[in-house]
Amino acid sequence: MNINSLLKLVPHMVDASLTTLNIFFLTLIFAVPLGFVICFGRMSKYKPVRKIVEFYLLIMRGTPLILQLIFFFYGVFPFFGLSLPRFWAAIFAFVLNYAAYFCEIFRSGLESMPRGQREAAAVLGFTKTQTFFRILLPQVIKRILPPMGSECMTLVKDTALAQVIGVAELFQLANSSVSREASIIPIFVAGVFYLLMNGIVSRCFSALEKRLNYYQ
Amino acid sequence: MNVLSVENLRKSFGDLEVIQDISFSLEHGEVLAIIGPSGSGKSTLLRCINLLEEVDGGKISICGEEMVSEVDGKVQYAPKEQLRAIRLKTGLVFQNYHLFPHFSVLRNITEAPVHVSNVPPAQAEKTAHELLDKMGLAEKADAYPCQLSGGQAQRVSIARAMAMHPEILFFDEPTSALDPELTGEILKVIKELAAEKMTMVIVTHEMAFAREVADRVIFMEHGVIVDQGPPEALFHSENPRTRAFLGNYYRI
Repeated sequence: MNINSLLKLVPHMVDASLTTLNIFFLTLIFAVPLGFVICFGRMSKYKPVRKIVEFYLLIMRGTPLILQLIFFFYGVFPFFGLSLPRFWAAIFAFVLNYAAYFCEIFRSGLESMPRGQREAAAVLGFTKTQTFFRILLPQVIKRILPPMGSECMTLVKDTALAQVIGVAELFQLANSSVSREASIIPIFVAGVFYLLMNGIVSRCFSALEKRLNYYQ
Repeated sequence: MNVLSVENLRKSFGDLEVIQDISFSLEHGEVLAIIGPSGSGKSTLLRCINLLEEVDGGKISICGEEMVSEVDGKVQYAPKEQLRAIRLKTGLVFQNYHLFPHFSVLRNITEAPVHVSNVPPAQAEKTAHELLDKMGLAEKADAYPCQLSGGQAQRVSIARAMAMHPEILFFDEPTSALDPELTGEILKVIKELAAEKMTMVIVTHEMAFAREVADRVIFMEHGVIVDQGPPEALFHSENPRTRAFLGNYYRI
C-alpha cells in the first residue's frame, strides 16, 4: 500500500468514524436512563419484577453481543414484519445490551452506599425521592465513574461489531480496504482511530473524577 | 408539657426480643440518660422512636401526638403525612455522624431546612452560621466533612439536627467513636444545650457525664428497664445488677 492510497483512505475513515461515534453516543443516551430504570426493577421489592429483570440481565450478559445484533436484525424484526434500517437495528441491540451492564454498575453503586446516609436523610425529614436525588445519586455517580469509564471504552471498541449486520462503520471500512489494497495497513490505521477515540473517552472520565475529588 | 411518652414498647429481631416492655416519659427541658451494657436494646429504642425500626407493639407519642399505638393487639402507625410532621419534632445524632460527604459543612446544615421545611436559603444560612458559631466551628462553614476531625464532625451533625428546631433531640452514643479529648468537646456542647432547656435523650457509655448532665438515668439490660431515677439515687442504687454494672465504672 503506497502513501497516496493511504492518504486517500484517511478521509473515508474519518467519515466512518462518525458512524462509530453516532453508535457510541446514541447508545449512551438511551442505555444510561434505561439502565437506571432496569436497576430499580432489579432492586424492586416485588419478586416477579426482580425475576424478569434477572432473566433479562442473564440473556443480555450471557450471550455474545454479535449474536444479539444478528438475532434482532435477521430474527426479531422480520418476525414481527418490521424492517428497521441496519443502523437503528444496531442501536437497538447496543442499547439493550449496554443497559444491562449499566444496570449492574448502578446497582453496585447504590448498594455500596452506607445505610447511615439514608437514615440521616430520613431523620431530617427528606422524602425518599429527595434522598435519592439530593443525597444518594451525587455520591453514587462519583463511585461508579471508574467502572462507567471502562464500560464506555469497551463500547467504543464494540461498535466494530455493528458490521455483522452491514453497518458501515470504521472497522468495516478498514476491512474492505484490506481486501481491496491487499494490505493489512488499513486495519492498523483503524486501530489508531479507535485508540484516539478511547484516549479522549479516558481523558473525559479522568477529568470528571478530578472534578468530583473535592470530597471523599 | 409532655414531650415524649413511650408505653409498653416491644421490638424483636426474629426470635430475639430486643425491647421487651419499656415505658417512660419525658417532660419539656428534661435530660434523660440511658445506660446499660452493649446489646441491651438502647440504640434500638432510639431507632424505634425515630422511625428507623418498626415496633412490634406498644405506644409512642411525641408532644401529645400519637405516632404509633396498638389497636386490638395490632400495631398502628399514624398516617404518612402525620408521621412526617411528627418526625420533624425529633432530631437524632448518630454515633458515626453520617454527615453528607458531598456537601460543605454549611450545606449539611441548611439542606434540610431549605428543602424539607421550606425556609428561605438566606435565613437558613444565617441560622447555620449562628449554630456553627455556637459550636465553635465558625471558620469551618466552607470545609467538607472529610476535612473535619471526629469531634468537629459530630458537632456539625448536632448543628444539622438543631437547624430543624426539634422539640426533642436524641443522641445515640455520640462520643463512642471519639477519643477522650474529642469526647470533651461534644459533652460541652450537650451541656450547653441542657442549660438552654433542650429536651434530650442520650444513650451513652460516659457514666460521669450521664451523672453530671442528666436529670434522670435509666439503666437498661436485656430489653427491660432494670433501674431508674435521678443520677445520685441511681449511682447509689441498692439494685444488685445496677451496682454490678456501675461497679465496673467505679473501678476505673
